[in-house]
Amino acid sequence: MNFDLSQEHELIRQTVREFAEREIKPVAQELDEKAEFSPALTKRMGELGLFGMYLPEKYGGQGLDTLSYIIAVEELARVDGSQAATLAAHNSLGIGPLYYFGTEEQKKELLPKLCTGEALWSFGLTEPGAGSDSRGSKTTAEKVGDEWVINGSKIFITNGASDLNIGCTVQAVSANTDGKKQFTTIIVGSQTPGFKRMSMHNKMMWRASDTAELFFDDCRVPAENTLGKVGEGSKIMLTTLDAGRLSIAAMGLGAAQGAYELALAYALERKQFGQPIAKFQINAFKLADMAMKIELARNLLYKACWLKDEGRPFGMESAMAKLYCSEIAREVADEAVQIHGGYGLMKDYAVERFYRDQRLLQIGEGTSEIQRLVISRFIGC
Amino acid sequence: MKILILIGNVPDTTTKVKFNADRTAFDASGVQWIINPWDELALTRAMELKETSGGAVEAVVVANVGRAETEATLRKALAIGADKAIRIDADPKEAGYVASQLATIAAGYDLIMAGIEAADYNGNAVGGMLAEMLGMNSVSAVSGIQIENGQLKINREIDGGSQVVGLPMPLVAIVQKGIAKEPRIPAMRGIMMARSKPLEVVQPIDAAPMTNMVTFEMPPAKAACKMIAEDQAKDLIHLLRDEAKVL
Ligand SMILES: Cc1cc2nc3c(=O)[nH]c(=O)nc-3n(C[C@H](O)[C@H](O)[C@H](O)COP(=O)(O)OP(=O)(O)OC[C@H]3O[C@@H](n4cnc5c(N)ncnc54)[C@H](O)[C@@H]3O)c2cc1C
Repeated sequence: MNFDLSQEHELIRQTVREFAEREIKPVAQELDEKAEFSPALTKRMGELGLFGMYLPEKYGGQGLDTLSYIIAVEELARVDGSQAATLAAHNSLGIGPLYYFGTEEQKKELLPKLCTGEALWSFGLTEPGAGSDSRGSKTTAEKVGDEWVINGSKIFITNGASDLNIGCTVQAVSANTDGKKQFTTIIVGSQTPGFKRMSMHNKMMWRASDTAELFFDDCRVPAENTLGKVGEGSKIMLTTLDAGRLSIAAMGLGAAQGAYELALAYALERKQFGQPIAKFQINAFKLADMAMKIELARNLLYKACWLKDEGRPFGMESAMAKLYCSEIAREVADEAVQIHGGYGLMKDYAVERFYRDQRLLQIGEGTSEIQRLVISRFIGC
Repeated sequence: MKILILIGNVPDTTTKVKFNADRTAFDASGVQWIINPWDELALTRAMELKETSGGAVEAVVVANVGRAETEATLRKALAIGADKAIRIDADPKEAGYVASQLATIAAGYDLIMAGIEAADYNGNAVGGMLAEMLGMNSVSAVSGIQIENGQLKINREIDGGSQVVGLPMPLVAIVQKGIAKEPRIPAMRGIMMARSKPLEVVQPIDAAPMTNMVTFEMPPAKAACKMIAEDQAKDLIHLLRDEAKVL
């Protein structure tokens, strides 16, 4: 067994860290405060080649492996959850299904644009009445002639409404016989008549990431916009989420790492009763626990990436990694605030943002409860 | 024209410095290594010159004296955009030794850039020594390089101001801050391409070191801060005059 990362993985980490420290960190607090999505940072991520990292070069990608991509998300999340969200959602939910299930023509047309950072794509699954229970979906797609006519709405769709968004992969009910729903995923360009996109405001977390509500009102697209085959929607959605979980896990790991580093630095600096608060055993042990949890989380997540890159089943491990990384992100961020005392509650201290940003991770792309459901099925319960 | 950049492999600038027990060597355990910041700026400027020279700059090569561990640093230089890397397989003991090794591979370049300082021992010597060994001109404290009509136009920082000098090639330029705005962050494509770029390993020659290390000393730890009440200016004067003896 060998736990060393390759020289290339180390270089990717160092590079993305440099970018995050130098270009994201100085503006993260302000973007969060103003709840402002940054096209400029998104474009820089494109220039650095972070979008489509795992795609072959012929589609505009970099031909790197899953672990490289996951390290990039982790390093952004170590500095700012919002930018990590833009990257993770676009790569895993936007680009992912198009690459894995698109026809050659669809891929050639869309993927190169989506790798530049000048255009984003979203994945529309969740609806007001269909969250954890995605089969509760009410959005319909009816075949009329050689067109799909889509009606319904989607909610909480990352990267769905900014000026950079050029379309969405929409999951819709394409047939409903005796209450048995058939699902199909359909490519819908953002300028299609009958398709309305609205940014959602007043989020507690990921405030600099774009979250949207989508509305379809007799929205017509050609039948060749079907992604995959008619009726394959559930499979496409489940496969996409398996891979997407790795990137949410990476966000948990990165957030935990970032919060831990802030807490450690603060605990060594802050003096009370004549000594640094890190010298009080209770704080030292908290920091030791944080370091241990992060180590465990990283090993689990990297193993899941390794399984995927080896072409082996990784569904259970990705659910475990998503669950564990997102839960320790909460525990670590919570203790990191505690170590900061009152200052940890002030916006001038980055740890306050980490505390809020991590909270989505136990909810998005399958709640912690749903991850346990997934894992329990794998182990035969 | 061909440009050579000398690349130092130095501890990350946030490293906590420790020495061995008899204080004759730096304790490198657990250290994260990076490209010497000044060398990274030089490389960034070389890439800018190459990209804007309309083909006049044919190649940018990076060279380092170091053991196999330094290859990560050289790969990063290749990812930033250098065309080729050369590693001379020896411990970079001290400036004279390092310059002697570099002299074996540095002939034939039109412009050689070296950082004015190294973030480790701060020797500020390799560039000048190398120029002397190669019989090349050298210019120090360079904060800007342009190529104009086959000549180099160089900005230098001088006491209280700056000067612009025109110089023929070949030349060793010892560069400082300002040579490039910020070190370039490699793109993923660059990292991928670095895989297949040549990294040549060269055997060292025998060269006697010109100095040997006697001991290292850490700067004295900062003394505790003395607070003086705002209405006690007399105490401040007393401390400055009688204790610190600066008045
Ligand atoms: C910022 C943000 C970005 C998002 N981005 C996207 C996106 O890009 N695309 C997209 O399609 N969706 C996206 N989502 C939606 C997200 O995936 C859903 O919010 C999530 O799946 C949970 O659904 P819900 O909010 O409707 O909660 P519900 O499903 O209503 O869950 C409420 C609670 O009930 C629990 N629960 C539900 N069912 C069970 C059960 N069977 N057993 C035990 N407990 C259960 C849940 O765990 C949870 O605690 C995003 C959400 C947010 C907040």
